[in-house]
Amino acid sequence: MKKIVVDHLKYKYPLGEELALQDISFQIEEGEFIGIIGKNSSGKSTLCQALVGLVPHFYKGAYGGKVIVDGLEVKTHTIAEISLKVGMVFQNPFTQVTGSKMTVYEEIAFGLENIGLPREEMRRRIHEVLKLMKIEHVKDRSPFDLSGGQMQRMAIASIIAMKPDVLVLDEPTSQLDPAGSEEVFQAIQDLSGQGITVIMAEHKMEKVAQYCNRVLLLHEGKLVDFAAPEKIFSRNDLETYGVAAPVYTRVCKALGMKKQGCDSYPVTLKDAELALRGSLG
Amino acid sequence: MIKVSNLSFSYTGGGVPVLSDINLEFDQRTTAIIGQNGAGKTTFVKLLKGLLKATYGEILIGEYDVKMRTAAELARKIGLVFQNPNDQIFKRTVLDETMFGLLNIKMGRYTAEKLAVEALELVGLDDKLSMNPHDLSLSEKKLLCIASVVAMDTDIVIFDEPTIAQDHAGKEIIRRIIQKLKEKNKLVLTIIHDMDFVAENFDRTIVFNEGKVLLDGSTREVFSQKDVLEEANVEPPGITQLANRLGLKNTILTVDEFLHECAK
Ligand SMILES: Nc1ncnc2c1ncn2[C@@H]1O[C@H](COP(=O)(O)OP(=O)(O)O)[C@@H](O)[C@H]1O
Ligand SMILES: Nc1ncnc2c1ncn2[C@@H]1O[C@H](COP(=O)(O)OP(=O)(O)O)[C@@H](O)[C@H]1O
Ligand SMILES: [Mg+2]
Ligand SMILES: [Mg+2]
Repeated sequence: MKKIVVDHLKYKYPLGEELALQDISFQIEEGEFIGIIGKNSSGKSTLCQALVGLVPHFYKGAYGGKVIVDGLEVKTHTIAEISLKVGMVFQNPFTQVTGSKMTVYEEIAFGLENIGLPREEMRRRIHEVLKLMKIEHVKDRSPFDLSGGQMQRMAIASIIAMKPDVLVLDEPTSQLDPAGSEEVFQAIQDLSGQGITVIMAEHKMEKVAQYCNRVLLLHEGKLVDFAAPEKIFSRNDLETYGVAAPVYTRVCKALGMKKQGCDSYPVTLKDAELALRGSLG
Repeated sequence: MIKVSNLSFSYTGGGVPVLSDINLEFDQRTTAIIGQNGAGKTTFVKLLKGLLKATYGEILIGEYDVKMRTAAELARKIGLVFQNPNDQIFKRTVLDETMFGLLNIKMGRYTAEKLAVEALELVGLDDKLSMNPHDLSLSEKKLLCIASVVAMDTDIVIFDEPTIAQDHAGKEIIRRIIQKLKEKNKLVLTIIHDMDFVAENFDRTIVFNEGKVLLDGSTREVFSQKDVLEEANVEPPGITQLANRLGLKNTILTVDEFLHECAK
């Protein structure tokens, strides 16, 4: 089933000089884990916000084409309606904190109270996400006393607690150390395995290559390509879009070693090892 | 250039020390500080900059004890780019922000502006001089903070997680700045989580773990100690891991080294 359909989407911010999104079309199936890549200003955050309705409802501006999420057309529904299906984790966790809550626990409870969840179910879910994101030990602290990494974990926890069908994440692990990002990617992969559709803008190409089943490459507001990680990262023109392939792909490319049984280069440590083993030494 | 002896620190009087018994000397080698969130890296560089006072121990910058210096004296000697740009930025325009530190050390307006613009050119923000810093993206804010510190031309430059939110081009800018500072014989100290960037750009690497120095040595030596790194929850760079899995004997740090080794 098509979970997301984007059809000739065009968008310009009110104060923008050019279109931030230029005639973008693609479709996403239920349960996919999609990575959005591209250099800074290529339109990743704008596209994420178009999926949750902040574009155009919050930002206004000039809008053309269609975005349909789980059967709802974004343009003709309110942000409140859309947010029941789609949750978004923002690039800067600060912008997401309500500012009105005393503790991390209350902060996570806020969204759940809004949708009128029964107390018992609320408690259960908060407990679950605190554990999943490994922030149980800071649940009584003020959200503003957290480190950048902890705040990012809290932001993800608050959204996951809502159990959205579609999860949109904008560079969610930028403040985390490598072990922390790995944990978060694994947690999100688990959710994706449970049928949640995940769309994530991200600069860590090794992670995108490992976890995403398809990758959407943006450049100056246009969709350049939308395909499997192997295909995207094997493109010869990748650098012209300001993107560097995973180190594993770069090495294998330089050595002309393609992934076994494929016409593209390996993108993960495991596949690079397989391709190179035997040919070296 | 810096000598740290028996340094310990805790935020709360009798609480658990965030740093305990650190002994380190820094010379002009470009140095990366790595380790998990919460290991004490930011606290350590704030102590070097005199923003926090050691609970125990001593920090010498050149011949002088940090404790005995004023903030203004330290500002001429040591620059720190904060992890969170919002902790650093407070002026209304990009140019004013970059000039602030220079004017503060009593530099003339004309020279201050010239140096500020030069630094902004280095990070590619010279076309945004009159923009409000708060309208910049996170990656641009970080570059603005870097420019403001580089403009001060201090002997010691410390970056706290400079590559956060940067794309490939942003990382290249930071790489070039580090090289440039190194050519000018400045001590560059960088806290960073991007291990590939560490492998490609730093002579020396120090691993912090739970407030202590777990490893310290040439970057190659440090990344060859897989088991100790694991203890600190640090993974070697991707290319190092690949070479290791394929049984290459030497510790490989870059793609070029890998290719060179294969060509043998
Ligand atoms: N609120 C805004 N008003 C005007 N222009 C904006 C706004 N937000 C982003 N833009 C512009 O839209 C383009 C795409 O930005 P963005 O979606 O943030 O890119 P990315 O997330 O890939 O860095 C850029 O040219 C950016 O300057
Ligand atoms: N202002 C503060 N007050 C109390 N504790 C703090 C403060 N800043 C940091 N800490 C604590 O000190 C420890 C080390 O933090 P920090 O130096 O920021 O680590 P790193 O930079 O390695 O992630 C952490 O446990 C953190 O929670
Ligand atoms: Mg963005
Ligand atoms: Mg830190």
